[in-house]
Formats: sequence, structure tokens, C-alpha cells
Amino acid sequence: MKNIELIKLPFSKNNPILVQVLGVCSCLAVTAQLKPAVVMALSVIVVVALANLIISLLRNTIPPRIRIIVQLVVVSTLVVLVDQVLKAYVYDVSKQLSVFVGLIITNCIVMGRLEAFAMSNPPLPSLLDGIGNGLGYSVVLVTLGFVRELLGSGTLWGYPVMERLGLYHIGYENNGLMIMPPMALILVGIIIWIHRTRNKDICEK
Amino acid sequence: MDYINIFIKSVFVDNMIFAFFLGMCSYLAVSKTVKTSAGLGIAVTFVLLITVPVNYLINKYLLSPGALAWLSPKLAEVDLSFLSLIMFIAVIAAIVQIVEMVIERFSPALYNSLGIFLPLIAVNCAVLSGSLFMQERGYANIGEATCFALGSGVGWFLAIVAIAAIREKLRYSAIPPALRGVGITFIITGLMGLAFMSFMGVKL
Repeated sequence: MKNIELIKLPFSKNNPILVQVLGVCSCLAVTAQLKPAVVMALSVIVVVALANLIISLLRNTIPPRIRIIVQLVVVSTLVVLVDQVLKAYVYDVSKQLSVFVGLIITNCIVMGRLEAFAMSNPPLPSLLDGIGNGLGYSVVLVTLGFVRELLGSGTLWGYPVMERLGLYHIGYENNGLMIMPPMALILVGIIIWIHRTRNKDICEK
Repeated sequence: MDYINIFIKSVFVDNMIFAFFLGMCSYLAVSKTVKTSAGLGIAVTFVLLITVPVNYLINKYLLSPGALAWLSPKLAEVDLSFLSLIMFIAVIAAIVQIVEMVIERFSPALYNSLGIFLPLIAVNCAVLSGSLFMQERGYANIGEATCFALGSGVGWFLAIVAIAAIREKLRYSAIPPALRGVGITFIITGLMGLAFMSFMGVKL
């Protein structure tokens, strides 16, 4: 496969959330606002890309029987680093994300890419594959964060968009349901619906 | 807080799936029939029930700030909490491995029916987050932590069995082709989550 394809495919045809349905857990819980969603997306890109690179470099020395433990150790080391960096530089967001940074360890995208790609491919394609899948995950995450914060609390990145537009004077109300957890699921369902209507070939029977 | 209170709260109000979306990957992948999803639900409950108390002890006597004071007063300043992620996941991976060997030895029938799901529990977000929530919420003693673990497991079990039953019925309905499978499962889980939100105001 060409290297550019590795970055491009996960955006749409092979999106980790919409098509492979991996890494859904964290994607729903952190998207009530745009800022935590973006921070989370960046953390996942860093972890997936570096974990792919490291495992790909080690792939010939890892005994197959204990590979899951080796992968978990590599991933959790990276996640601890990311967690400490977040605590140092964006403490309020790291509080908001609470356990979900730690849960990147068990994020199925990370383990899935390690198993499916990095274990059998050289370092450079693995790095690109990690970045591509991280970006594919980020697109969905940021879209959800954008829609939910705009409609749910009328702000974007904390900036009161709806108030500045003067919509409250003419009777506009925030949709409180948008910031509730279940709405995230329904929104993902709708995004999947739109996505599959445009790509008929990935529909299920 | 008493034990029953914590149990009920973690089954309904703080349900792992409907309130926090944890363990969604296996929830979506395995919930095609009631039978396999019940097996997975029981296995997850069992693993939670062992790992959370063990991690509670590790957190209390090794990791939390000043936890090492029982070794010698000189170590009272040490704060190892940054190691908790690695410790927790190592404990979980080890215990899942042990549980797998024990079940294989004493109940081959159960072992065969669980199959690949057993080792995969190690990377189920619901299990790791059980330990992380336990640490974050600071339960007072090991009894409370165990009740929380049991409650979360039962809540997860209920959720996956419920969605599996609905999906079995859904096979006979006319759903738009693009929404079939994953799409409709997301939307139904969202609706079930709305129903579970009615427990939110419940004071126990």
C-alpha cells in the first residue's frame, strides 16, 4: 500500500470509529465540550503513532505468546507520559478528562492497530498508519465536540457564540439534552447513518 | 454511605455503559445473541470483583501519597500515584491470566463457551475504569470498593443482556440499509441511556 493511502484511508473508508467501531468508549464521554475533545484527540494521536512506531521496531524480538503484555506495557508507559504532560500544562482539562486519559491504554484503536498493523509492518508505514488512524478518530471526536458544545451550551471553546449572535433575545434556547451522555450515542448513530448512505459498499446486510 | 446504597448506585445511577460508555467495544461486538453476551457479562463481573479489591489494597498500601508510611516513617513523603496506571493494568492482565487458567482447569465447559472473550477482558475499558473510579472516588474501606465492583459488573451485565435481547428482535424489522447493524445499535443504546437517566435524581 502506498504511504499516502495509510493516512487517507482511515479518514473515511476505514474510519476507526465509524467503520471499525473501535475506541468508542472514550469518544463519547469526553465530547460534551470542544476543548477536552481536542485535547483527547491530540493525546490519542500521539499515543497511537508512537506505540505503533515502537512496537514495529520491536516486532521481530517480541515472543508471540506474551505480545499482549508487551504491548500493554509500551502503551501504558506512553499514556503515563501523556497524562503527566497534560497535568503539567493543561491542568483544568486534565481534571475534566479524569479517568479517560488513563483509559487510552485500553482504547481498542491502539491495541487494534498494534495487532493488525505494527506487528507485521516496518516502522515508517506503522508510524503513518498510527497518525492516520489517530486523525480519523480525531475527526469524529472534534465533530461531536463542536456540535454538542454549540447546541448544548451555546458556546465554542468557551466563547459565547449564541449570546453574541443575539439569538437568546429572539427566543432561542440551548438544547440541554445535547450535553447529556445518551445524546452522544444518538449523534454517532446519525453520523454512521450519513456516512454509510454515502458509502453504500460498507453497509451491513 | 452503606454497602447497599453503593451497590444500587453503581448498578443504576452510575451504570458503566449508559452513564460512562465504558466497555462499549465488546458491548457492540458481542451483543448479537443473549447467550454469549450473558457469558461475557458474568466473566466481566467476576474479573471486576477480583481486580478492584486487589487494586484497592495496592492503591492504599503502596501507591497513594504517604501510603508507604507503614514500612518506615522515612517513606511517608513518597507519592507513587503516577505509577497507578501501570500497576493497575499489570494486576488486571495477571489476574485475567490466572482466572483463565483456573477456569480451564476446573470448568472446561465454561472455558469453551467463553472462548476468546476471556483473554480480551484484560483490555475491556470497563475493567480498568473500575479500578480508576475506585481510586478517584476514594472509597473508605475494602467492603465499599467490593460493593462498587459488584454493582458495576451487574450493571454492565444487565446492559449487554438487554441490548442483545433487543438486537435479536431487531433482526426482523425493516431498518434503512445504511442504519443496519452498528448504527441502529448506537441509537438504541442512546435511547436506553435516556431511560436510565431517570435514575439520576434518585436519593438513596
